[in-house]
Formats: sequence, C-alpha cells, structure tokens
Amino acid sequence: MASLTPTLLFDDVHPGDTLPQLRYEVTATAVVLGALATRDWRPMHHDKDFAVNRNGTQDIFLNTPNQAAWFERYLTDWTGPHGRLGRVTFRMHGSVFPNDLMTFSAVVEGTEVDEVGCGFVTLAVTLAVDGDTKTTCAARIAVPRTVDDNPWARRGDQWRPSPSTS
Amino acid sequence: MTSESPGTDAHSAQEADLLAQALALVGQEQYHEVGEFPVERGYIWTSCASVENGNPLFWDDQVAEALTDGPIAPPTMVSVWFRPHNWAPGRTEVALPLQVHFDLKALFNLPEAVMTDNTIEFHAPVRLGDVLRTHQVLRSVSGPKTTKLGRGRFWVIDVVYANQDAELVAVESYTGFGYRRTGEGSGE
Repeated sequence: MASLTPTLLFDDVHPGDTLPQLRYEVTATAVVLGALATRDWRPMHHDKDFAVNRNGTQDIFLNTPNQAAWFERYLTDWTGPHGRLGRVTFRMHGSVFPNDLMTFSAVVEGTEVDEVGCGFVTLAVTLAVDGDTKTTCAARIAVPRTVDDNPWARRGDQWRPSPSTS
Repeated sequence: MTSESPGTDAHSAQEADLLAQALALVGQEQYHEVGEFPVERGYIWTSCASVENGNPLFWDDQVAEALTDGPIAPPTMVSVWFRPHNWAPGRTEVALPLQVHFDLKALFNLPEAVMTDNTIEFHAPVRLGDVLRTHQVLRSVSGPKTTKLGRGRFWVIDVVYANQDAELVAVESYTGFGYRRTGEGSGE
C-alpha cells in the first residue's frame, strides 16, 4: 500500500510558491483516448477532416473534460492523494493539437483556513504550448493542516468547496 | 475580443425575438436525467490512463479505504457519468449531452460552437456504483457578438449533479459561444 502520510501540509505552502512543471507531448492517440475516456463522441476530437473543414481548426484537439483531467492530475501530483479539489475554473484561449508539447505550470496565489477549519490553497495554473497560453485554470484545493488531517473526511456542511462570499 | 454586431431593423427585431425566447428559459430546471450506467472502475482507469494519473486513491483500494471510505472516481470525471451512449436499443436519434447548449444552437441557427469557460464545484465524492442524476439550468444568453471565430452569442449553462441519495455531487457551469463562421451566409 502507498504511504498514508500526507506529502504536503498546509503550513508548507505559501503565496508565490511555484509547482514543478509538467511536460507532455500530445499525440493523436492521446486526443482520441482523452475523448473516449470522457465519453465525448463529437467528431472534432477524432476526425481530422471534420475538425479542419467544419470547425476550421488545424487538427483534432483535446476536449475540455480531458483537459480537466490533466489539470487534476497535475495538481494532485503536487498535493498527493490527500489533496481534495474544491473548485476549478477553466478558460480556453486556444486548442491543443497532436504534436503540441504541453507545459503545465502553476503558482500559489493564496492560502486560507475556512470557517470550518479546512485548509485551502488557491492556484493559478497554466497550460501552454510553445509559450502560448492555451488554457488557464483557477483552482482551489484542500490540503491537510496536520499529518492527522484528511480533507476527504469532511461531509455536509464541513465541506465548503467554494470560498465564502460574505 | 468581441464586438457588438450592427444589423437592419428587421434583422434586429428577429434577433430580439429569438433572444426573448431564450431568456424565457433562464433559471428553469430542464432535462432531468438519470445516468445510463453506474459509476464503474473501467472508465476511471481509462481516464487516469489518458492523463497518466497515478494517484493511489484511484489505483490502491487500501489507500481509498483509508482516505475516502472506499473507491471513488476522480472528481473531474463528473460529466462522464451522464454522457449518453452513442447508440442504445430503441434510440432513433443520437442523444446529446448538455442538450440546452444544442437547443440554443438550433434556436439561433448557429452551426458551430465552442466552450470558452468551465467551472466545476465539487461536493460529495462520486463512488463506484453511484447512478447520478442531473438537470440543466440556463443562466444567461448574450446579445449578438463577433469574435475571431465568427458571429454568434455567448451563453452560460449550469449542470447540477446529485447521487441516488440526493446528495449534491457537483455543480458545473459552462460558458459556450455558438457562432457562424465569418464569411458564411446567415441562412436566415
């Protein structure tokens, strides 16, 4: 069994911290696998002729739910399995195509202990290709405050995935 | 970068009528649906494989038992569980996920569309065997806009997910841009 000791604690995280970059070279297989894994049968994610001649794009491209899975993987590579996503907001600026080298990077924008004692980290995450930002992601993820803390144990009103607006 | 699109009086009146039809749906719960299959591990592993996600929470049952009281699905997979089969017995037309989005494309006669923003708020974990319930809520529709893709409209649609015990699982909000490519006839 993998270790159950948290690999990242709330107090170890500070605004301005940067995450290690993740690089991945996209293939047509990766685009199609991502579409099928998310049950997205739309042709622009597997049919180059449709993508080019109907959508006006250069090739098939990664779909949004698969990009979400990439962002989740990137964030939880950093937090370890104790990390629990609260909220993510993606903005697509451009498409990601086969032969693109994706680079994920992130910076910690803030930390907060919410009203019920859960430690959240907010991050600005970027997916770029050749220096061009393709997708940005504002993420809010809970991490343990102590070695005995587990954000996944929170239920009902003890789990507040979005920041308070009051 | 967007810009407002000028039009003739008749065209503007038609656009206003279409917009009124769409705005009448804002805030209404539509398309209450039940997932076509229970949450299952094959898709979880296929999804993890597609992004090379080695999080032991999804691969090691002992870790899952210790941290989440049993296996769960990656939170960002939430939309997977309500996407319809591409075919099913008795189905004569392809079922479409996010039907409100396609309704708006049809209403405004916009053949193309892209999603520009997507927000997901995660509540109770999705567990193996869950059968999710969803409904869609149109939140807003813009006036005509012109972008580098073409001329069309932006809209925001929420998808609300709950499990079989009526626990809120997630709220997903999509911003879509339905458009006609620049240079194409309006067809109107």
